[in-house]
Amino acid sequence: MINIVYRLKSPKFFEEAIDETELDGVIVRPTYLSICQADQRYYQGSRPAEVLEAKLPMALIHEGIGEVVHDPSGELKSGDNVVIIPNTPTQDDVCRANYSYKSKFRGSGFDGFTSDLIKLESDRVVKIPNDFNPYVSSFIELITVAYQGISKFSEIAVTPKDVLGVWGDGNLGFITALLLKVNYPDSRIIVFGKHLENLNLFSFVDETCQIHNVAQNLIIDHAFECVGSSASQSAVDQIIDLINPQGVISLFGVSEYPVPINTRMILEKGLTIQGNSRSEREDFVGVVETLKQNPQLFEYLEKLVTNVCEINTLNDLKEAFDKDYISHFGKTILKWNK
Amino acid sequence: MIFAAILAGGIGSRMGGTDTPKQFLTLGNKPVIIHTIEKFVINEKIDKTIVLIPKNFINHTINLINEYIGQNEDIIVIEGGKTRNDTIMNSISYIEENFGIDDESIILTHDSVRPFVTHRIIEDNIDATRRYGACDTVIPATDTIVESVNGRTVESIPVRDYYYMGQTPQSFNIKKLFNLINSLTEEESNILTDACKIFTLKDEDVYLVDGEVTNIKITYPYDLKLANTILEDGHD
Repeated sequence: MINIVYRLKSPKFFEEAIDETELDGVIVRPTYLSICQADQRYYQGSRPAEVLEAKLPMALIHEGIGEVVHDPSGELKSGDNVVIIPNTPTQDDVCRANYSYKSKFRGSGFDGFTSDLIKLESDRVVKIPNDFNPYVSSFIELITVAYQGISKFSEIAVTPKDVLGVWGDGNLGFITALLLKVNYPDSRIIVFGKHLENLNLFSFVDETCQIHNVAQNLIIDHAFECVGSSASQSAVDQIIDLINPQGVISLFGVSEYPVPINTRMILEKGLTIQGNSRSEREDFVGVVETLKQNPQLFEYLEKLVTNVCEINTLNDLKEAFDKDYISHFGKTILKWNK
Repeated sequence: MIFAAILAGGIGSRMGGTDTPKQFLTLGNKPVIIHTIEKFVINEKIDKTIVLIPKNFINHTINLINEYIGQNEDIIVIEGGKTRNDTIMNSISYIEENFGIDDESIILTHDSVRPFVTHRIIEDNIDATRRYGACDTVIPATDTIVESVNGRTVESIPVRDYYYMGQTPQSFNIKKLFNLINSLTEEESNILTDACKIFTLKDEDVYLVDGEVTNIKITYPYDLKLANTILEDGHD
């Protein structure tokens, strides 16, 4: 089958491309997509030149939902709503598939979701109920990243989980804090951030705290770093200062720069640092189940929906990326009509 | 019911240098017509896809479908007519005889040589036809349109904003189309090469559906070469 794919050719320049694909998988029509910082870095051209040279042209976007058009196995019905899993394993590996070098990732190693249709293996989609809010569902992938980080944390943390600190008042910090509140309802969840106006939105946590104004005797058991970029260093420094011995630091924030870390104190406190990136099928199934069981989460997650843009033309797509770039908080949702 | 009619009635007289009708030439790994049929077959809203083909190519087409798509009872291959409207009428007669036509029945008519049609365009055609009874897929005219009746001098230059270039699908409520075609005089019938024109002639609204610049028609050898080049480019 011929498929039309809308690729980023060079920073800020999209073009139509024609691709040929076999009809041997699930065919999905993308419906609602969401822009991630990683997409924005390609669009703005802020990735290193050699990375752009190697990866473009490529269709962006790895967060999104779609409607099943055709499933030769008959397992899914035409019209079923599904969330798409961007990670695509090519062979088995000894590690989780989202960390495997044998996996490809849509919108990074190969085409993302901005296309007329997407062909996937049947295990790369997870059915979602029709009554799920489509805007929130479009960024389920981002929720799964927090979900898989928290799942791993649950397996490795040995000390009490009375006080859990989340660093970062952006989208991932919001989602991580929200999921922690669901998974650890008896823990005290404290969010550390810089922007008071963002912190005010975290009404569901036990406490919020501006990073330059931390109470003197405040101590946490475990930390979740959702800051990234150049601020990673100060966040990790503060975490190491405030965390109890044998605590776990879960890192989520992506940085283009090498971040110096106070290893002396890591040794002294016996801390564990856990890296987190991407997610796999079990995390998508887990998040869909969590949302089914806790429908009140939609109300909170809807607060992250900052822009909803209808995409009928490639110019609309450009405008949506530009709008997203100047938004300091929240997600830009693309209603995909292209 | 929803039907698709893939119009391949012509013998491709404009495609020079080859005896094979253009719809059977290879694009990427498959004949053009197979790519086109696939787009309609995967859409489960479409109940039957009727392929209208010159008589001496019917068996060849069936063989190609069996080879590339597999036996599929939702794909029907029948003979096309002399003109585009005859071909459409053949599909409607077939539908009437075999499935019956009710008030809700619609048909999407599509050129067999437009394999780049998107799922979105097909869906928009279904929606618009259900709502309005007829639609045409178009893109805004990009070049200035120049009218010349004598072929030597410019008669007028119309305002470009009001002009669009017609693509396909063109889609219709079947009952409405059937009645309109039957109401044509022989004279009207001879000048109507475009099914949407029948609607406008009879003062019936035809809704516009956004096409795509990529939804090109493979008419000349250059088009096929271009299509294969952009397809190869897509594989890089």
